[in-house]
Amino acid sequence: MALDKEFKEIPGTIVFDADQSRKGYWLNQFCMSLMKADNRARFKADERAYLDEWKMTEEQKQAVIARDLNRMMALGGNIYFLSKIGATDGKSFQQMAGSMTGMSEEDYRAMMIGGGRSIEGNRRVGEHGDAQRPESHANEDK
Amino acid sequence: MARITASVYTSHIPAVGAAFDLGKTHEPYWQKVFSGYEFSKQWEKEHKPDVILLVYNDHATAFSLSMIPTFAIMTGPEFYPADEGYGRRPVPPVIGHPELASHIASEVIQKDFDLTMVNEIDVDHGLTVPLSCMFGAVDAWPCKIIPFAVNVVQHPVPSGQRCFNLGKAIREAIESYPEDLNVQIWGTGGMSHQLQGPRAGLINSEWDNKFLDELIADPAALARMPNIDYVREAGSEGIELVMWLIARGAMADVAGGPPPKVAHRFYHVPASNTAVGHLILENAA
Repeated sequence: MALDKEFKEIPGTIVFDADQSRKGYWLNQFCMSLMKADNRARFKADERAYLDEWKMTEEQKQAVIARDLNRMMALGGNIYFLSKIGATDGKSFQQMAGSMTGMSEEDYRAMMIGGGRSIEGNRRVGEHGDAQRPESHANEDK
Repeated sequence: MARITASVYTSHIPAVGAAFDLGKTHEPYWQKVFSGYEFSKQWEKEHKPDVILLVYNDHATAFSLSMIPTFAIMTGPEFYPADEGYGRRPVPPVIGHPELASHIASEVIQKDFDLTMVNEIDVDHGLTVPLSCMFGAVDAWPCKIIPFAVNVVQHPVPSGQRCFNLGKAIREAIESYPEDLNVQIWGTGGMSHQLQGPRAGLINSEWDNKFLDELIADPAALARMPNIDYVREAGSEGIELVMWLIARGAMADVAGGPPPKVAHRFYHVPASNTAVGHLILENAA
């Protein structure tokens, strides 16, 4: 039984299923390798050379180098895996999550203190909430 | 005989662990979060369990994509805090209860729940942050802890109904264990939060509070809610809340006993990206 297609109709959201998992397998496994200090040091010393040790697509490697989390998500990354890149860069989860919204770090933090992003208009693609940015490429590969 | 005396429900936000470890608990931002656990720390002193079955999820820490068990029970003797990329949390090791864990596994597998048994694993913030919230800074956790991991990372994740039914089977397993043990079952994760994409930062307080109401009063109805509703209404990471239904399914009222007493309820927005929810339900003595 395939996953309900409704999961693909939530705006600004990529649901990590078996298809995404296959697509992003080596991207995510590369991220896991960053849990070892030696690997973090080697990655920081020469990102390109370290990435070339993994069976990732060129697009995935470019997205990592650009630290484009939305792009990495679209290419099969999962946020819990991608967060290892953020940890390597010394970023908090709030900084990582905020970076995917197009908001500044200060604006995102203020939004959270103000009660977070509203669900209104953000339940289904085609409504009029603030997570429905058409320019976002988060939904590109759906 | 062993018996489940209470269930505890709490978020397990990593930033809460970091605030705790860095001594920021009295900063106004964090004080509001930790104030919700003042009652709980005292309550745990007065209701000290022998064993906690702690339901959590691994966040791409011990389980990568190389293996993704839907349900895993930790049957080993001890488990260490994981290095999630920021160094290991400076908290005590977790001492397991291999005999009770193996008994639970044996009983529920024979009731058609296919658990993976794990003897060696490092435990991440999903497990250690609730312990810090409930026990504070201690040299050793005051009881034994059986970690129980649920896949909520790669979909399909188990349904609320499956989790609720598993909780019922776990209760029967625990209550057939011959030793006199005071056992608590904890469900962790949530509440509403989304950590990815343009919808990151989503919070749905109204939905969260309705979830708490229903978890208390009518968990069987709540268990029927499909996974899509969690993701749509509570954010892509809000799906963690299915884990709370394992703990709720293990309470006495589900098996025909009296309704539990709500000892404590707390809700606060935000901690980092997340709505903090916390409940303590007691079974009648």
